[in-house]
Parts: sequence; C-alpha cells; structure tokens
Amino acid sequence: MASASSAQFDPRIHVGVGAERVTHVSSTDYPGVYPDDDHAWDLARFKQRLAVAVKRLSNRSIEFDIVGVDASIANSLRRVLIAEVPSVAIEFVYVWNNTSVMADEVFAHRLGLVPLNVDPALMESKETPSAQATDRNTLVFKLRVACTRKPPPLRRAPPPPDAVFPGADDDELYEHAAVRARDLLWVPQGEQEVVFARAHPAPTNGDIVLVKLRPGQEIELEAHAIKGVGMDHAKFSPVATASYRLLPHIALNPSNPIPPRLADKFASCFAPGVIRVDPRTKAVSVDPRAVRSDTVSREVLRHPEFEGCVQLARVRDHFIFNVETESAYEPQRLPFEAIRIMRHKIATLRAAAAALLAGTGADAEAGGDVQMAGT
Amino acid sequence: MVDAGPKIKIMPGAEADLSAATYQIFNETHTLGNALRWMLMKNPKVEFCGYSAPHPSENLIQLRIQMYDNLSSLSALLKALDDLETLYVSIEDAYKASLENDKYEMWEERS
Repeated sequence: MASASSAQFDPRIHVGVGAERVTHVSSTDYPGVYPDDDHAWDLARFKQRLAVAVKRLSNRSIEFDIVGVDASIANSLRRVLIAEVPSVAIEFVYVWNNTSVMADEVFAHRLGLVPLNVDPALMESKETPSAQATDRNTLVFKLRVACTRKPPPLRRAPPPPDAVFPGADDDELYEHAAVRARDLLWVPQGEQEVVFARAHPAPTNGDIVLVKLRPGQEIELEAHAIKGVGMDHAKFSPVATASYRLLPHIALNPSNPIPPRLADKFASCFAPGVIRVDPRTKAVSVDPRAVRSDTVSREVLRHPEFEGCVQLARVRDHFIFNVETESAYEPQRLPFEAIRIMRHKIATLRAAAAALLAGTGADAEAGGDVQMAGT
Repeated sequence: MVDAGPKIKIMPGAEADLSAATYQIFNETHTLGNALRWMLMKNPKVEFCGYSAPHPSENLIQLRIQMYDNLSSLSALLKALDDLETLYVSIEDAYKASLENDKYEMWEERS
C-alpha cells in the first residue's frame, strides 16, 4: 500500500503536520488537477483501493478502518451515525405525583436521556409530534416509587465516625432512597407483548440513579417512549461517540538519519512502541503496526537536533473510526444502519431529480421554459 | 422538522439547457451535500460544483453545477447519485466481508 508507514512524504496522499501548521489538507484527486492522472470516478479503481477492516469489537464499541475514501464520504457516515440513525427514548412524561426535590421538567428531561434496550426496527416513527399514539409507535413505562423508613431492627449499627460519606448507607436506612432506571416498568400495549417477546423493553442499565428520595417523598408518573433521530434531540442519538481520525504517518529522512546517541531520545518523542530502536546498532525505524497508536504530539519538532530528520504526517484517505454505543444496537450493526440511511437519502433525491428531469423535458417539448423556484 | 413539499427545485437564473444551474435540495444537510459535491467533482464533464447550507433555520442545501460542452447538469446530478449509491454499496460489502472473515480483537466492556 502507498501508506507504508515510513515512506517519504507525498503531498498527494499525506497531510503534513508541522510545528505550527498543517499542510496539504485538501484532497486533490479530481479530474484536471494532475496532467498525468485521470481521477475521474471509476468504480473498479475505487474498489481496488478501498479497504475496510474491523480492528476491535466489544459489546459496546467498535473500531474499524476505512481506507480509500474521501473525507466527505467518511464524514457522511459519521454524521449519519450521530444524527440520523433512529433510536427509542422517552419523549412524553405525564407526572401524577412528584414530591421529590427535583422539579417535574428536570426529572422528565433526565428520563429522556436514559438509554433503552428497544430495537428501533420494531417500532414506527410518529409522523408528527402530535400524531395519535399507537402500540406501533409508543412504548409506555410506569414509575411509581415511594420512599419509606426501614423498620429499626433491620438497621445496621451507625456508620463509624471516620466514614467519609455517612449518608452512603441510605439504602440500609430507607426503602427506595434512590429511584433507579430499573424502577421504570414497561406496560405492554396491544400487540407489543408479542412484538417485544424476545427482549422486554427496559433501560440498558438499570443502575442509573434518576433521583434521590427521603421518607415521605414519592413519584408516580407515566412515560411514553417514541422512535426519533439525533438531529431532533441528542437523546435519540444511538452512539455515545462516533468519530474518526486519520492514520498517523512518520516519514524518516534517509539522508539525515538519527545519530545513535540520540536514538532513545528520539523514540521517547513518540507514543511507546511507535519507534523501534535496534538494541545493537541503535538504528531507528517506524513500527508499521504501532504507528496507528501515535498521538502525533509534535514533540519531536520541539528539539532542534532532530530538525530535518523526520516529517510528521497523516494519511489523507485512511480513516480510523471509533464508534461507541449505549443503545439497543450492537456496535457492529451501526455501520450497516448508517449506509442504509445514506442509500435511502440518495434514492429519495434520485427519484425527485428523475421526476424533475421528466418534467423539464415535457416543458421543453411544449415550448415552455424551465420550471423556476421562487418566481 | 421535515417539511412537506418538493425535494428538489431549480433556482432562478439557470441556463435554459441546464448546463449551469443551482438546485435547492430540501431536508438535506452537509451529510449528503458534501458527498454529492465530491462525486460531481469526480465527473470530468463538470466545470464547477459547489454547495452551501445558506442558513441554519432553513432546512435545505443549495447545489451549484456548471457543465462543459452545454451538457445537462441534471443528468450529471443523476449520474453522481447513481455512482454514490454504488460507492456506499461497495463500502457496505467490504465492511460485511471484514466483519465476517477478518480476525480482530474481541473484548468485553462494562457499561
């Protein structure tokens, strides 16, 4: 691959990282930019360069590389993940009783932020916010909690005087001292018992503290969860973070090698393991597999003795995605969802543009002018 | 959030043969706008292509396309949309292949 980790700096494929500025930021792979290169869209050539590789996968996050695409494509996937992949969250809260210290609207907002384990594919979106709630588009949760004193025999001995948080034993003194996410109880409506038979709707993490109570305080409410998208409210975003960074590239200058006595100092300017120092000859080289963990801190550029020895860069078309989720989606499913939504956007616009083309063609035949907007 | 109405309109001032035109695309953002701009610029017959999101309170983007040889910008737009579709399909296929066949680190995360 062109991005061998210590190959020389090439402004066509690398973004330069200097002490005070970045260089060669914009991509130049367009027709007419270079006389010797075509750069017109060619699917076969694109597929040849394209490489997607999953690197790490957990139950909550995924790291994968996309190589060979433009920043606009990588960014479209990132933006769709954050703002347009739907998820389910509490949107309407009907408070019957709330004698806690937290105001209704503050508590309702907190409820909205609780991640739910509901697969959005099993629900429909409401057409408009005021549309009729049905068992297809709304989940109902009930929360009814009252805090009471536990009977004295169950109390433990008072906390030792050196306890840092004497109040930490609330749960031993009181019943329901904290309202937690698991206290939200799903009330099946209509056919939901069948649709959600595999996994009953509930918060993904039952331990989230929603509000704290004291004896005599109680909360009773009904919460309606709907399917929405992150552009409406961040609570609907299925990802905790969806970000990418460019692969770091360290180009050593072969005509200006690092002196053996400075090899270890040079290596210490980078993240551990990125620079290999031969124990015998003290020759310096870049570890191609470890280079992705470099932070491109530019520390090496602060030392005058290394001037001209190294060029820091990033590979312009090598995107390292990191996606974390706390939603019902398994992390490996999110890229599929993002691409599905992008394709849906393209299909919608394509149909409209094709209709426009048919319309302008008909107008031209009738001797009419192009249909103009806003005239 | 999503306004009803046409998805795409041609703004006043377009050439009669559509060799140069600005399109208003409704309910779209930089997400599609920038990707589409890039794909249009990959077309050697496109003299100029740029897009803007004029104001955050208007849920639309404007896409300007100018063509060489008096070709139709609308046909170029349709071609770019088709090419963009195949691009995302290729990424999806490559990702699916990697997910199913590659060896990668699996780990358990406490939430």
